[in-house]
Amino acid sequence: MAELVFWTIAALTIMSAAFVVLNNQLIYSAVALLFTLFGVAGLYIFLWADFIAGIQILVYVGGILVLVIFGIMLTNKIKSVRISHKSMQQGVGGVVSFWFFIFLFIALTKAPWAISDAIEPIGTVRGIGVLLLTDYLLPFEIISLLLLGALIGAAVLSRGES
Amino acid sequence: MNNIDSYLFISSMLFCLGLFGVITRRNAIAVLMGVELILNAANINFIAFSKFNGMNLDGHIFGLLVIVLAAAEAAVALAIIINIYNNMNTINVDEAAELKR
Repeated sequence: MAELVFWTIAALTIMSAAFVVLNNQLIYSAVALLFTLFGVAGLYIFLWADFIAGIQILVYVGGILVLVIFGIMLTNKIKSVRISHKSMQQGVGGVVSFWFFIFLFIALTKAPWAISDAIEPIGTVRGIGVLLLTDYLLPFEIISLLLLGALIGAAVLSRGES
Repeated sequence: MNNIDSYLFISSMLFCLGLFGVITRRNAIAVLMGVELILNAANINFIAFSKFNGMNLDGHIFGLLVIVLAAAEAAVALAIIINIYNNMNTINVDEAAELKR
């Protein structure tokens, strides 16, 4: 049963990701990206990462996807009904990404991964919080500074000349 | 589902789809969506290796940092794209080539 759910989520993720990159209507691509992000969150749950799955839904679906849809609506004329866009060099891009996939597939099947088993934890939030305030305190502070800088930079950039 | 290969397979597929999008799309926002797919694929790898290495949470921290970086990147990129649109009236990345001329 769990196997079936897993492969359904995987197929949903891959197929909607293909829809994102192949569709000609930009707004449909954004909606398909929603399903991809939800599918990735489902994969995180299968990987016992409950906190990351929640953050994925909160930040990606609630933040980035809304930003992307705002961007689509602000950069297209409302009067033009077809919010579409051309793709170029699909043959070259397809060949390059297909061979890169073959390369990755051979690499990941051949490589001897160092695997060690673990028991399922009750929750990961406590461990992540402890790690963030001990081992990863400096990256945590730097990333919050970076987020502040990105916030101010985005506001300054989109206000234009004053 | 209980071996790492299936997760790596899914993430490499997602990565290649994102790469395809970045190569073929000419709309800047669509390129941004391809970049998001690539970042998600990398994140799946981080979390998968975290689980299959005895559930140490270091990979989760990296996944968290990647999500924060993706949010910052999307905000700045969309501000730049909207500025380009206001100045040049297009967001086709091939037409916005003022620096080349």
